[in-house]
Amino acid sequence: MGRRIINRHPGRGSALFWGALPFLVLVVLYVTFSALRLAENPNDKLLPAFASIADAIGRMALEPDKRSGDVLLWADTAASLSRLGLGLAGATLLGLTGGIAIGLVPYARAGLAPVVAVLSMIPPMAVLPILFIVFGLDELSKVVLIVIGVAPFLIRDLALKVAEIPSELVIKAQTLGASTWQIVTRVVLPQVVPKLADAVRLSLGPAWLFLISAEAIAAQDGLGYRIFLVRRYLAMDVILPYVAWITVLAFLMDWALRRFNRSVFPWLARGAS
Amino acid sequence: MSRVTVHELWKEYGDQVVLERVNLDIPSGEFCAMVGPSGCGKTTFLRLLLAMERPTRGRILVDGRPLPPEPGPDRGVVFQRYSAYPHLTVLGNVVLGLEFQRAPLLARLFGAARRRAEDEAMAVVDAVGLSHARDKYPAELSGGMQQRLSIAQALVRKPKVLMMDEPFGALDPGTKAQMYELVQGLWRDERMTVFMVTHDLKEGFTLGTRVLAFDKTRHDPDEPGAYGATVTFNLPLDEKAERAEIVARLPALAASDADE
Repeated sequence: MGRRIINRHPGRGSALFWGALPFLVLVVLYVTFSALRLAENPNDKLLPAFASIADAIGRMALEPDKRSGDVLLWADTAASLSRLGLGLAGATLLGLTGGIAIGLVPYARAGLAPVVAVLSMIPPMAVLPILFIVFGLDELSKVVLIVIGVAPFLIRDLALKVAEIPSELVIKAQTLGASTWQIVTRVVLPQVVPKLADAVRLSLGPAWLFLISAEAIAAQDGLGYRIFLVRRYLAMDVILPYVAWITVLAFLMDWALRRFNRSVFPWLARGAS
Repeated sequence: MSRVTVHELWKEYGDQVVLERVNLDIPSGEFCAMVGPSGCGKTTFLRLLLAMERPTRGRILVDGRPLPPEPGPDRGVVFQRYSAYPHLTVLGNVVLGLEFQRAPLLARLFGAARRRAEDEAMAVVDAVGLSHARDKYPAELSGGMQQRLSIAQALVRKPKVLMMDEPFGALDPGTKAQMYELVQGLWRDERMTVFMVTHDLKEGFTLGTRVLAFDKTRHDPDEPGAYGATVTFNLPLDEKAERAEIVARLPALAASDADE
């Protein structure tokens, strides 16, 4: 009788193999069906061969565009990342201040918690038209959409995390003579910033969603703009690498935030008891 | 000097009376062990003394003055757990109290001021026997060491009254015995008034110079919350040498009270 499957663990190499397997399967499936379709119709655009994708990447990432003179992939990346960065920075700042205020100060909780709870229920995409009307069609409305979409979640999550700090620690600080400000800076902040970083990691997905939606609707550049632009020509050879590139960017941001937590807050990992 | 007077203290939560008719006069420097069954208001009394909560009726006076309405550096506390800051090292945890005091805006000290504060904090860390662990984080310490750290933290601001809520409840017997010695030594040196909640009668009589027993004197079987607990026994342990010293200081206290 073998062991139960819940007690059988893959070794290092075996785990690597099992992790790589789904990717391999996807690639093989793609290559097979692409070849099948291209054999039938050499002009098929739906599943382009890797060679034509590589061509498109070369065109987008290495050669300047004939009309604008920019190298499109990098110009799009810069535009999208600056929007995403500004939006996430604004949302993080709001999340930090709002969350700490609601979690720590009873009057702020009484005054802000209900309105944040209601605002967080508004589907952000539904207010996008309002943002376009109020802030115009350029950068600001896209940044504000990300802020509106992500900040309520960050505020509520952080307020919970602040409230989860054992009251003993806050009382103790008071018996050591700490003012509210000192409690915020020395007791609350160091304990919730790692949790804020985790919450931001979780909201990377929604943030990208809002960014690409806004770019799809009204923009002159950006990764989302490009995808929706070339969709008109069924240019899968551009869309696929763009999607892959967006995934890589999102993954790198997630990885960087995880690294940030581990390197800035060594006590998180030490003596896990 | 920190004489604690409690006058006709009541604490109610809605319909439920937790404490009723508590009257106490604790001379400065007394070590009060508070014993009694679970849920009879010992911890509530401690919270009232800390000013984490306000009494429903009655007054608490420290040296004849009403208790401030919120926790402050005159009253230190050691909780059963969650007492140390997980993001600071042992030394950082103890220095924190001095940083709160000396750096109102940043709560951080730098340069010579920091070194001076660290020296002071190290003296306290030494006193509780943690100098070998000064750079460790609380999660790396055993339960007994964490309680030593918590005590060091509370002592660095030299509180007049020290409150401990079952500080040794989670420790093994060997560690407990060490902690008794430590706490008694520190209490003698600092001459604080100590209030300690304990489940353990023996611990109360070992450490205290006065034992306060909390219990309910009246019961209503139909409505368990109708009556609260009170101090049923207030037992100064006069046979203890330490207690004699406290009593010896008493007349002076009484005289200064009469002047007011």
